[in-house]
Amino acid sequence: MKTLKIEELSKNFGTTEVLRKINLEIDEGNFLVLLGPSGCGKSTLLNIIAGLETINEGNVFIDDYNVSKVEPKDRNIAMVFQSYALYPSMNVKENMIFGLKQAKTSKEKIEGQLQKVSTFLQVDKLLERKPSQLSGGQRQRVAIGRALVREPRIFLFDEPLSNLDAKLRVEMRREIKKLHQQLKTTVVYVTHDQTEAMSLGTKIAIMNHGVIQQNDTPEIIYNKPSNTFVADFIGSPSMNLIKGKIIQNSNNISFIAEGSTLEVPINNYDFKEKTDLNNKEIYFGIRPEHIYFKKLNEDDFDINLRADLSEYIGHEQIVTLDYSNQEILAKFPSTIKIELEKEMKLHFDLKHTSLFDFNTKERL
Amino acid sequence: MQDNLQSSSYKELEQKSKYTNMFLRWFLYFVLILFASYFIFPLYVMVVTSLKTMEEIRQGTLLTWPSSLNFDSWLVAWGGRGYGAGDTFLRPYFWNSIKMVVPAVFFSTFIGAMTGYVLTKWRFKGDQWVFLFLLFGCFIPFQAILLPMARTLGTLGISNSVVGLVLVHTVYGIPFTTLFFRNYYISVPTELVKAARIDGAGFFKIFFKILLPISAPIIVVTVIWQFTQIWNDFLFGSTFSFGEAAPIQVALNNMVLSSTSVKEYNVDMASAIIAGIPTLIVYVLAGKYFIRGLTSGAVKG
Repeated sequence: MKTLKIEELSKNFGTTEVLRKINLEIDEGNFLVLLGPSGCGKSTLLNIIAGLETINEGNVFIDDYNVSKVEPKDRNIAMVFQSYALYPSMNVKENMIFGLKQAKTSKEKIEGQLQKVSTFLQVDKLLERKPSQLSGGQRQRVAIGRALVREPRIFLFDEPLSNLDAKLRVEMRREIKKLHQQLKTTVVYVTHDQTEAMSLGTKIAIMNHGVIQQNDTPEIIYNKPSNTFVADFIGSPSMNLIKGKIIQNSNNISFIAEGSTLEVPINNYDFKEKTDLNNKEIYFGIRPEHIYFKKLNEDDFDINLRADLSEYIGHEQIVTLDYSNQEILAKFPSTIKIELEKEMKLHFDLKHTSLFDFNTKERL
Repeated sequence: MQDNLQSSSYKELEQKSKYTNMFLRWFLYFVLILFASYFIFPLYVMVVTSLKTMEEIRQGTLLTWPSSLNFDSWLVAWGGRGYGAGDTFLRPYFWNSIKMVVPAVFFSTFIGAMTGYVLTKWRFKGDQWVFLFLLFGCFIPFQAILLPMARTLGTLGISNSVVGLVLVHTVYGIPFTTLFFRNYYISVPTELVKAARIDGAGFFKIFFKILLPISAPIIVVTVIWQFTQIWNDFLFGSTFSFGEAAPIQVALNNMVLSSTSVKEYNVDMASAIIAGIPTLIVYVLAGKYFIRGLTSGAVKG
């Protein structure tokens, strides 16, 4: 049984296609993050799961039951919004029990739930306050509490942290993670922040233009992005994509960057398909953190590159390098002194490379 | 040396700007007082004249102070002289107006709030056209709809009645009240409605429990606006009602224009003030919120 299953779902607003043939599954207790740039359809997808938005095609199942035409309140879900959406005229207590009251829950049960959740979230001292008298973090907690008291099957979070300042955001992120570890409920979480996605999700679905680009664990998404969009979107700074082509001899496969003659061996790359590789135009992807200043592994590839720029960001520095007229970035500890406008010997970690077809942008 | 020179010239500039500021401030006060007296002058004349006897009015000038506080003309304006036919006084018409204005303000405000709620929070296909047509209602000259409205009231059998006037004022208030509420509700985050829907609240529950409780500022604005419009209306009142059913503004006109005997300026002035007092009271009680409501909008949750 899948806690949530989305099948061939499409949605359009007038003539604009917002979601195209979405397929998605979540097992009980998982934390799925929908990640993507603004306008990619991730919030619409969440609203559809909640039942706040209609569907043009496809179905949504919760616990194998087709809820596509079921009212939001009957879907056994709860949602936390970006603006918190606390009812301004009600105090914290009334806000939290509003849903239970609508569902005609017994007075004892309401009191019990309220007691439990408010102590758990440490808002039990704030019950009589109005939302306007709360700080951002407290509002966020009350909004989560309002979702918790209903004991839903699925929690939906719509960019819940983006209204908080940077410090509080990190704090609340950890609290949400803790919450999930303790309660083990199923969560669908929308964000455009990759750090949030990486740290919270057990699964991440990366979306762009209404299509899911990759749906995997954070590790696989980071190490084996399925196309150039994912490669570019995840990581900060994002993955270097070096344009070039493959040279394949009888027992040797290597990469040559455009305008360069240097052959980078890629024999050990885990190709999906090893046929017809010779002269194939590709992007050679390597993350800035996988270009080393000091050789780390025996089989790291040595390369001489010219440093053009160094940006100091505290614990590390981001160095702009020139690879046969293509700009690439590398991340080094800030203790290393970089001489600009000069070639230096660097090392590519070939275990951490990704190759993409130049035309289809898909992973090879 | 250089420093000294500079600091002394700064001092000079400082002095200069102080004088300029002082001059501008006094100029501002002067202009404000001028405008204020321009607006207060007619009221002063009305109050003073209403307190004088006819004798005093004939002998003194407009501005002279009454010799004694004499409220006789107010009593006459309100309750008449006590003789039978031909004696027009305001009391019955005042109550006519109250009976007209209270339900008309209530219904137009309520319907406007509902419409604004639907147009912002329950969007439907073509809703912007509905809003556009409603806005037309704000620009239609009311003279243009007098005849069709008279026919309508006739067909409904409520012409020349307070009920008819309530209907007319409600209908023609809706464009304005809708505009007010729509513009207010558009700044209320739609996520509130979404949250309430997930919590299981329906269309009316969301309106009464979530939106209406935070609408106080705009309700005040709408009520003041509608009250003033309807209370001061003369066109609809004089067209769709006469005799017993007339509202106070029509009665005031009849009283001042149709009196056959000598013009009693003191009674006329007292009547005019009585006819204007309710709107003044509404402004004094709620004016503070009026400004606040007009300028506020965003509801910070």
